[in-house]
Amino acid sequence: MTDLPAQKADLKSILSTPARVDNSEGMSYLQSVPRRIVTLYIPLSIIVIILLFPFYWMGLTAIKPDDQLLDLDKYNPFWTWNPTFKHIHKLLFESYYPHWLWNTMYVAIGATVLSIIASVLAAYAIVRLRYKGANVVGGLIFLAYLVPPSILFIPLATVVFQYGLFDSPLALILTYPTILIPFSTWLLMGYFKTIPFELEECALIDGASRWQILIKIVLPLAIPGLISAFIFCFTLCWNEFIYALTFLQSTPNKTVPVAIVNEFVDGDIYRWGSLMAGALCGSLPLVILYAFFVEHYVSAMTGAVKE
Amino acid sequence: MADIALAPRRAKTEIREATAWDKLRHNKNWLGFWFMVPAMAFLIFFLAYPLGLGIWLSFTDARIGRVGHYIGTENYEWLWDDSIFWLSVFNTLLYTSIASAIKFAVGLYLALLLNERMPFKALLRAAVLIPFIVPTVLSALAFWWIFDSQFSIISWSLKHLGLITQNINFLGDSTWARICVIFANIWRGVPFVAITLLAGLQTVQPSLYEAATLDGASRWQMFRFITYPLLTPIIAVVMTFSVLFTFTDFQLIWAMTRGGPVNATHLMATLSYQRAIIAGQLGEGAAISSAMIPFLLAAIMVSWFGLQRRKWQQGESND
Repeated sequence: MTDLPAQKADLKSILSTPARVDNSEGMSYLQSVPRRIVTLYIPLSIIVIILLFPFYWMGLTAIKPDDQLLDLDKYNPFWTWNPTFKHIHKLLFESYYPHWLWNTMYVAIGATVLSIIASVLAAYAIVRLRYKGANVVGGLIFLAYLVPPSILFIPLATVVFQYGLFDSPLALILTYPTILIPFSTWLLMGYFKTIPFELEECALIDGASRWQILIKIVLPLAIPGLISAFIFCFTLCWNEFIYALTFLQSTPNKTVPVAIVNEFVDGDIYRWGSLMAGALCGSLPLVILYAFFVEHYVSAMTGAVKE
Repeated sequence: MADIALAPRRAKTEIREATAWDKLRHNKNWLGFWFMVPAMAFLIFFLAYPLGLGIWLSFTDARIGRVGHYIGTENYEWLWDDSIFWLSVFNTLLYTSIASAIKFAVGLYLALLLNERMPFKALLRAAVLIPFIVPTVLSALAFWWIFDSQFSIISWSLKHLGLITQNINFLGDSTWARICVIFANIWRGVPFVAITLLAGLQTVQPSLYEAATLDGASRWQMFRFITYPLLTPIIAVVMTFSVLFTFTDFQLIWAMTRGGPVNATHLMATLSYQRAIIAGQLGEGAAISSAMIPFLLAAIMVSWFGLQRRKWQQGESND
């Protein structure tokens, strides 16, 4: 369903290569430059500045010396001429921060890998094996996507406690897939549908088993989808808060978001520098990952919605 | 040569009847079942079972460390007379409706702007999505600092512009606190709405706009009669997600206000966390979170049927 418009656009751009100059011009010549400034550039820059300002502020606070942070009259608060790495140093060498980063990474990768394996199998079975009731199961998985963690965390806490997983990263690795599997199954179903069925039929005639088809034919062709699913799941794990807040207790075991909210917020008036440094260092890995995979990211987001 | 002569005979002997095991191995339903096992195991043990358990817990007096006994609807009766619960319901509805409406309006506007031709388009689109990438809690902390009562950069700027004389007590005053958390939620949600709607916009054929321009349509008419109808299906899906995740929001509130001042920003999710985990009243907390289910179902139904109706109007098949 999703792929039709995209393919159409591709085909069109290929066919109309000689006329591309005209197409790209579009109808924009109908608008004068001043009009474009008022209707396009000014509103756009205001929105983008508002969207990015908190990050600028976060970064600036993280490298400002303490006295400049709290003295707004003597120094211009929007800039600093003597940046310091004191806060970041304090964070990395005088707190559990490296532990927390490691925990978050470990949980995110564990949960993501588990969910991708489970969803590849499920998506393949729903799209290609088309067993009895596959459509119903597909619908149920979509419904599972709509069940929010804030309804589930209380009963899950009792379940986690019963299984003796409380305060262990394993609790998160096993519960995060409930958020990730519905999403990535749905995304991968879309990708698997685009792979020509004929390829699989050929392989079946040559005597390949379903398992071999999945590993040797479908997965290599679905690599863009796998990357999308992987980085999106990873981001969701990194972002998850309520389960981590409920299931983890001891300080060294926490994940970055929970630890920063609980451990750094004390009565200290000078906490802002290290708090913002913590927020910055917790966001950077994701932003770097995002910078490398923007296209996959966008296709993951839109793919799951458009299906 | 000898091999060639011998080969068919050997092959002939190797052909055998398909055993029951072979048939089973190639049975779609049997294979499908095993392919589904990992995903289903996760979803049943950690999603379906807890969902049921949560509803059961809401009918018990369970506490942390103590198995509950069935007490009927006592938890719900208790909540019915609890003004804080009703305040949280009101807050949740207010938060969801205002934030979703503004997210939709700003998101659609931003999508239309980003769909225009301009320099650095790819870079701008990438930058717009950053608030969605960064963990909510961490950006909420940045907002906490921006809305600080003493050192807020907004108060400072407004004071230097001569608009106010006193610092605004952003998170200490109930009205301001509500505005601040709603603003932070909008800030975080707009990129998602904008980028997904942008993907929808890009599938609209430019020739439609060209035809409309020839017919003398204004920009508003083009939006109203071309863009909006073609976008409706994707709007319905995006807004369902947006409403759903706003309604059940927890982390933003928890990082910024923890429900304060005087419960003015308590949502149902934060209240259930406070009652169930901090106060240890699992049963009561479960009742609050179960009370969210009808609202969620209603939201899903509205958008679902909105979507169906639109498809029917456009004369598409309901696939």
